[in-house]
Amino acid sequence: MKLQKNTLLALYSVLEFAARPDEHIPASEIAEKYGESAHHLAKVLSELVRARIVASVRGVGGGYRFIGNARRLTLLNVIVLFEDLAQELPEPPPPASATHNALASVLREIDQIALATLGAVTIATLLKDIGRVGRPQAAALPE
Amino acid sequence: MPAVVALDATVTGLHKAAYWQRVYRRYGVNGQGQRHFLVAEHEGRVCGFAIGEVRDWEFGAPPCGWLFAIDVMPSARQAGVGGRLLGELAERFRREGVDTLRTMTASGNSLIQSFFRSQGMRAGHLLPLEMDIAAPADAEAAVARKARR
Repeated sequence: MKLQKNTLLALYSVLEFAARPDEHIPASEIAEKYGESAHHLAKVLSELVRARIVASVRGVGGGYRFIGNARRLTLLNVIVLFEDLAQELPEPPPPASATHNALASVLREIDQIALATLGAVTIATLLKDIGRVGRPQAAALPE
Repeated sequence: MPAVVALDATVTGLHKAAYWQRVYRRYGVNGQGQRHFLVAEHEGRVCGFAIGEVRDWEFGAPPCGWLFAIDVMPSARQAGVGGRLLGELAERFRREGVDTLRTMTASGNSLIQSFFRSQGMRAGHLLPLEMDIAAPADAEAAVARKARR
């Protein structure tokens, strides 16, 4: 499963906010850390606000704050905001349909395992895995 | 046992008294050394349980501890009860000389999977596989059963 750049940016952002739930974190701080434009990040964050995962606070000292339940929010909950996971293989020409169906069945099996895993990993567990309640390390996002 | 049966019925919606009596005979009454039936109590009432056993060379794997069932009353969750049950079971397995704890869950049960992952469990070396073996006449019913899972 290959995640889009926006999805990864959303996951990194959620982890940043969830690691410091009592703070209002400026979007510019996240943008700078992950080398993204504030404009691009704003679109991602607005989706997270709509999903009530983070809340935005305007004005001096404002920013974004985590308002989700880190022990219940899973990676999949965030990913589905940005990815269409219902994609199927395109319809094949008729002579290849049996082959296509067999291949699609294997790919579906793989996707189901991936979805079950992503649906079982909570933000709290991932923060625990990272090994601290501090800041996630910045990673280069794909171009 | 009635408390465990009631707890399971609350969580699963199925009342399985006969099944639990068999489990109790195997893991409770006759549990010796490597079989464990643990219950957690709060103010004198059962609020959770865990059942496990050390098994040798199942599926070709060296001896390890298997967790067969664990549950906590919904009203007692997020208070560390499940973690303490799992921790106690792991400690008992450790004392019996094994260094791996395994379990299996329904692939769609993200709640219990989230719990296991929060406790440090990850995908392991065993991969569960299954197939429908219903007679052709029952195949349609088998497909329907699978769709309901």
